[in-house]
Amino acid sequence: MKAFNDFTGLVAPMPQANIDTDQIIPKQYLKSIRRSGFGVSLFDEWRYLDEGQPGQDHSKRPKNPDFILNQAPYDHAEILLAGVNFGCGSSREHAPWALVEFGFRCIIAPSYADIFYNNSFKNGLLLIQLADSQVQQLLALPQPLTLQIQLMQQVIIAPNGQSFEFKIDTFRKQCLLEGLDDIGLTLKNRTDIEAYEKQQAGITPWLF
Amino acid sequence: MSSVMPMGKQLTLYDKLWRAHTVLERADGNTLLYIDRHLLHEVTSPQAFEGLRLAGRRPWRINSNLATPDHNVPTTARAQGILGIVDETSRLQVQTLDDNCDEFGIREFKIDDQRQGIVHVVGPEQGATQPGMTIVCGDSHTSTHGAFGALAQGIGTSEVEHVLATQCLIQSKARCMRIEFDGVPPSSVTAKDMILALIRQIGTAGGTGYTLEFAGSAVRSLSMEGRMTLCNMAIEAGARAGLIGVDDTTIDYFMDKPMAPKGAQWQQAVTYWRSLVSDAEAVFDKEVTIDVSQLAPQISWGTSPEMVVAVNELLPDLNQARSDVERQSWLRAYDYMQLKPGMRVDQIPLDRVFIGSCTNARIEDLRVAASVIQGQKKSPAVKQVLVVPGSGLVKRQAEAEGLDVIFRAAGFEWRDPGCSMCLAMNADKLMPGEHCASTSNRNFEGRQGYGGRTHLVSPAMAAAAAIAGHFIDIRSSGVA
Ligand code: SF4
Repeated sequence: MKAFNDFTGLVAPMPQANIDTDQIIPKQYLKSIRRSGFGVSLFDEWRYLDEGQPGQDHSKRPKNPDFILNQAPYDHAEILLAGVNFGCGSSREHAPWALVEFGFRCIIAPSYADIFYNNSFKNGLLLIQLADSQVQQLLALPQPLTLQIQLMQQVIIAPNGQSFEFKIDTFRKQCLLEGLDDIGLTLKNRTDIEAYEKQQAGITPWLF
Repeated sequence: MSSVMPMGKQLTLYDKLWRAHTVLERADGNTLLYIDRHLLHEVTSPQAFEGLRLAGRRPWRINSNLATPDHNVPTTARAQGILGIVDETSRLQVQTLDDNCDEFGIREFKIDDQRQGIVHVVGPEQGATQPGMTIVCGDSHTSTHGAFGALAQGIGTSEVEHVLATQCLIQSKARCMRIEFDGVPPSSVTAKDMILALIRQIGTAGGTGYTLEFAGSAVRSLSMEGRMTLCNMAIEAGARAGLIGVDDTTIDYFMDKPMAPKGAQWQQAVTYWRSLVSDAEAVFDKEVTIDVSQLAPQISWGTSPEMVVAVNELLPDLNQARSDVERQSWLRAYDYMQLKPGMRVDQIPLDRVFIGSCTNARIEDLRVAASVIQGQKKSPAVKQVLVVPGSGLVKRQAEAEGLDVIFRAAGFEWRDPGCSMCLAMNADKLMPGEHCASTSNRNFEGRQGYGGRTHLVSPAMAAAAAIAGHFIDIRSSGVA
């Protein structure tokens, strides 16, 4: 995983509630056995006026001019400002893959679905949770809005100098900052895992 | 924090499962949690296997894994096996699962195996799912398996790779919410109606950050099939896992399951399984009680599983919304569904009916659907009724009971097992604008096909709607 660096980026506001992973990336693209190629299909059913198919030339498809990510300068947004329960529904990691490939590095929302939250961090995508009222404050700032994201300091800084602190789990923060491979980390506990298995094989032998 | 609780502390079932699977507590406050069973399917695993190969890693414990293709498989022309998959990308994905399982020696029920089916139907049916286990799968409806007193959670592809490589997950413990379903439900009210009513009440984010434990007399009197339906949709309430304590119903289920413990180990296992209940005085972070004696059959009208009405209610007025955010969501949903506030549910047009999915495609669901038909025929107003059994074994059982004959005689299509029109990754899908009465779990925009409009209901409600051509109140029609 690539290490996360502090940055200043443009915000695309999409404040509707309960945006589910079926909307973030529709099912037909999940047939791919690769980890890439999803960015052009991010929010496919909102972004295009027709039904997309994997493998087609998406640049030739009719775009929905009303959809924010089709409008300059938001087509280059790096921060998504979303509504409550963002990423609910299916566990598909294709959703963060598509968001990252589009260019998003950070999402700000009042709440996220649990599985999506996990999946995003595994792909270097920083998910920031702010109070609903703070998200409303950001939405009320003059648009287009750029925000400075400082992960080490755990703070967002707006152009007017206003700052918003956020909380983040220490381990997730460390993984992002250092671009850590958490499988490698877990494998450092190999002897602990083996000891656990040995002990459990005595207690619940039918599981081993 | 130590994993050893003080003596005498009253534990929830979730506490017990968590404690029994804690390998170690990390300094950062997270837990290294051991995983007993890993279920795999073709959609979320290829990139994980590729990751293993690239890093030169091997699966930690081969026999913990069990795989089956389900999302992409066609529900017709199955005699041709994998060659029967017309869509090339789908075929490649199923082939890739076969290749990966062969390469790493992982047990798989391939497309032509009678035990193939939706992974959440297959796991319990084989006894691969057992009480007291931690179970994961790269699929959010893994919560289904919690019905057996197992801690079962959906994970993403990176975590699939993590579990393959280490047999563990790094997690922080969720809070625990107890959902008590009390009372005796009317005969036409099923587990599906109970869970839809709950999601309507607490919302699709109501369970976020929680593990839900379903309890109460109405849960105790459910069959294992009904309990699976409840836990299946815990994720639609935002909870990664649903749980139900072990009782006789749970234990009886495993008597004849191929992968269940046998002989002396059976006795030992049963003794252990009986401890898998929340202690009487255990404290939950939150409690919700629902009286099911007052419940009516439920129908979703919008694009989120919380947009639900009872069969005798009108579609809600916008000023009934509990917040401005909800009002905005309803507006958008009404527009997408092309429905209006104040409509009766029998005014919702229906083009297709789907009876299937990991929520409602087990034998009991098919029996209920068949019993509703009673020699009647599908309404000409409905273009197609698909009945898709959850597994090859469910299909065989249904045919042994003659259910397929009843469905066919009514003009329903009797198909081969898979996810089918629950997510429409195969050829079974809605056309733009079509409305579908569906026994599945998600009514998101486009879920069952581009532009499709889904109404979530129980199998009895779906079958009755197929006959009538529109939703009916099965309580007064005498069909249930
Ligand atoms: S039946 Fe539907 S919800 Fe269940 S695993 Fe398949 S696609 Fe997912």
